[in-house]
Amino acid sequence: MVSQTPDLSKREADVIVIGGGLHGMSSAFHLARRGKRVIVLEADYCGRHASGVNAGGVRTLGRDLAEIPLSLASRDIWHELGELLGDDADFTPSGQLLVAENEKDIVTINKRVALLESHGFTHEKIIDGKTAHELVPTISPHVCGGIWVKDDGHALPYRAVTAFRLAAQRMGVAVHETTPAQRLDWRDGRWHVTTPRGTFSAEHVVNNAGAWAGEFAAQVGDPVPLEIGGLMLMITYRLPAFVKPVLGAAGRPLSFKQFANGTVLIGGGLRCPVDVIGRHGEVDFIRLASSAQTVTDLFPHLRELPVNRAWAGVEAFMPDNIPVIGPSLSSPNIVHAFGFSAHGFELGPIVGRIVSELVCDGTTAHPIAPFSAGRFRPVTATEAGAAVPVPFSIPTGVPR
Amino acid sequence: MATNSLFRPLQGPSSTPARSVKIEFDGRALQVQEGVSVAAALLSAGVSRFRTSVVSETPRAPYCMMGVCFECLVEIDGQASRQSCLVQVRDGMKIQTQRGPRALTDGTEAGNE
Amino acid sequence: MSDIQTGDRYDLAVVGAGPAGMSAAITARARGLNVVLLDEQEAVGGQIYRNITRANPRALDVLGPDYASGARIADAFHISGTVHLTGASVWQVGRDGTINYLRGGKVSSLHATQVVLASGAMERPFPIPGWTLPGVLGAGAAQILLKSADLAPSEPVILAGCGPLLYLLGWQYLRAGVPIKAVIDTTDTTDYVRAAGHLIEALAAWPMLKKGLKLMSALKKGKVPFYRGATNLAVQGTDAATGLRFTVGGKDMHVDSKVILLHQGVVPNTQFTWSLRAKHSWNDVQLCWTPDVDAWGRLEGLPNIYVAGDGLGIGGALAAAVQGQLAGLEVAAVAGKIDAGARDSAAAPLRAELAKQLRIRPFLDVLYRPKDANRVPADAVTVCRCEEVTAGDIRGYVALGCSGPNQTKSFGRCGMGPCQGRLCGLTVTEVIAQARGVSPSEVGYYRIRPPIKPVTLGELANEA
Repeated sequence: MVSQTPDLSKREADVIVIGGGLHGMSSAFHLARRGKRVIVLEADYCGRHASGVNAGGVRTLGRDLAEIPLSLASRDIWHELGELLGDDADFTPSGQLLVAENEKDIVTINKRVALLESHGFTHEKIIDGKTAHELVPTISPHVCGGIWVKDDGHALPYRAVTAFRLAAQRMGVAVHETTPAQRLDWRDGRWHVTTPRGTFSAEHVVNNAGAWAGEFAAQVGDPVPLEIGGLMLMITYRLPAFVKPVLGAAGRPLSFKQFANGTVLIGGGLRCPVDVIGRHGEVDFIRLASSAQTVTDLFPHLRELPVNRAWAGVEAFMPDNIPVIGPSLSSPNIVHAFGFSAHGFELGPIVGRIVSELVCDGTTAHPIAPFSAGRFRPVTATEAGAAVPVPFSIPTGVPR
Repeated sequence: MATNSLFRPLQGPSSTPARSVKIEFDGRALQVQEGVSVAAALLSAGVSRFRTSVVSETPRAPYCMMGVCFECLVEIDGQASRQSCLVQVRDGMKIQTQRGPRALTDGTEAGNE
Repeated sequence: MSDIQTGDRYDLAVVGAGPAGMSAAITARARGLNVVLLDEQEAVGGQIYRNITRANPRALDVLGPDYASGARIADAFHISGTVHLTGASVWQVGRDGTINYLRGGKVSSLHATQVVLASGAMERPFPIPGWTLPGVLGAGAAQILLKSADLAPSEPVILAGCGPLLYLLGWQYLRAGVPIKAVIDTTDTTDYVRAAGHLIEALAAWPMLKKGLKLMSALKKGKVPFYRGATNLAVQGTDAATGLRFTVGGKDMHVDSKVILLHQGVVPNTQFTWSLRAKHSWNDVQLCWTPDVDAWGRLEGLPNIYVAGDGLGIGGALAAAVQGQLAGLEVAAVAGKIDAGARDSAAAPLRAELAKQLRIRPFLDVLYRPKDANRVPADAVTVCRCEEVTAGDIRGYVALGCSGPNQTKSFGRCGMGPCQGRLCGLTVTEVIAQARGVSPSEVGYYRIRPPIKPVTLGELANEA
């Protein structure tokens, strides 16, 4: 067993990672594998927000073109996660299915797959209604087709965070919970990070601070129009197994899966208000009702199923719905990886590796140019408005 | 069956004669007191197992009688997972034991994976 | 597209129809506010006065004068002109006074300028080996069966644990001629020594103390086998309870019965206040969480929401009625129906009465402090009854870096079942606190989220 109370007398490291979510823990793990001494500073507890309480979708299906290479590389790691970490985070390669419910949806999915093929991506397959019903026999008869990705699946979010954390700790990473980073200062060739528990210092800093990453980006001279938003999910009582793949819908927001324990998790891009100071997303049942409507349309027999719990997680959204990944444009020895806009869970394993390459080698072979912090013209705070959804980007759910 | 019931009506004169209603439990017809909760009615009729738990499938029965513990979940008139301590008994109710996580479709039982 | 039907607007919404809720409604109505009261039951009374409006004379006799006094509040409530929504399960109270509830399979909502939460108490969980077996109930549950359905155990019953309600039930059973196999009391002599320090205060509340002594002596006169200082309680049986094993004075004992009634006090039912993200403090005397409130019961930081009754900390039915009246007065003052002077002069005698009612509490709290072993159980004991998580499982999570109750949900679904943590929350907090060697205060509690009561997808989609 790894001691869970880190030594506060050790305040110096090669790298300080801000944020103990999935990306922070993956960064810490991959950095430690490269022989770096790492300190993780987490404001609450590891996996408290978006990382720990999202829908757990391991999904390449429906992603923004820019994200596809990363998501395919990340998915390869998911399939090997057990060997890598000693815990597979309950990764289940159940496949993911995006259902088409009418002619309009069929047009949409055909366009989508044609676009991907024109870019050389063949992982998304068009299937007909009959195949959709073979994959999910209990689904409503009106479903007439879909996109099927057989190597996608799902995992348990909090367990994934914990698996990376424990593996990182075994390699000597120090994790400081309830230790929020407050200020970053570059002095004598090192970064000094002020926290309520004193100052920590390191040569490099990685900004994996999720919803709170914007303030650190601004501090190091890379202001970005990050919006803090809430995303809702609900979970039901247990049921006997009736659906294996993770489901989405082409024509309306949905993310739907049944875990091995029988519970059904329902979400799908359901934004809600956030109390930023209180770090709390406020569940809005009027909007959840529309999700309930979608689910009962697709599975009429679920009308009697009780919802046991609903929650809202706090997440960072970028205006173009893709993350910021890359070195700071203004300060030395800073790497950013944040703003995953409610679909960062699947990317966690690869992003940590990319971060470790940027820190250790100063470069990465992965195509991260689209994620540069410089892609936003300088914005004023007043301009940082609502995120604009990219057509056909299917957000997975987030958080408690 | 009622002879094995864990709870029985208090003997003695009562100012309002207890009227009874007919219900069905797991296909068995039962005469029970009117105006009480389903949980109370079943207990007095000798039902001692209301459901089996969702993980180990072990028998469970009411514990709190006030809507807090959710141990008394049964299927009432086809609707699974009703809190029997909060539902008043009605003539003709069809009640069933709830086994583990109930199927919602065809009443088939299923355990956990 | 579903639309949850949004309903009426009220000056005050009260949740819960026990003494606190009814009193708050009566008081606010008397000052001219329009008031709605929502409650899960078909009739008023809450748990303490359950079925009071329908109890027959014989039941009133068995249950005793304290119960019968609830009829007065119920009568006043019925003529108060409060809108009473029976059979209403409130599944969300919003910080803005929006109340979502389920009634007759329909989801509805209403809005109130001010809200009084009077959701009362629940029996403290009693996690011991075998406590999930059929035939094991709370003593409070057995009392509800007595009040609401005139039912009593059909065979000699075991009463085990400690606290006034346990002895009261014993006394009521004796009066009703229900045989008691044994009272197995976990109170030991050191508790009496500790409680003696509070005896002077308690004596000031003499009538109540006398009542307690009367109950105890009645039990003894009833020739009920009485074991004091029992430890190592364990319910026997494989698929139903068959008896209770325990240790007294170093001797292992066993008593047979198919009905075992456990009790070790009641605790505030804090689901609503937690779900509102109100600030709570750990009460180290009553071993539970209580919401932080001002002198009127107003939640800190939530100026339009009040708590009255046992939800503030256990004070009993009479104290609850007074707290309800105090909240009602402040609600009326905020609504501009009475001025501060009138409010304060009405409140003065109430505060004196409340102090009197609460005088005996320190004595009872110390005397009947539930034993550590019955709150923080051994590894093999089930803590989360819904998802069948043991104390050992939880200690295992702590070893993996789990520092609080919310992570136990993610580690092993603890607290994620239908009861939403009500039956395991306190235990989980204390088990983690013990394992980490820190205070329950530092460990905290589950984040409670709506729906406070489960709602079906169909109800939510408003197709039900």
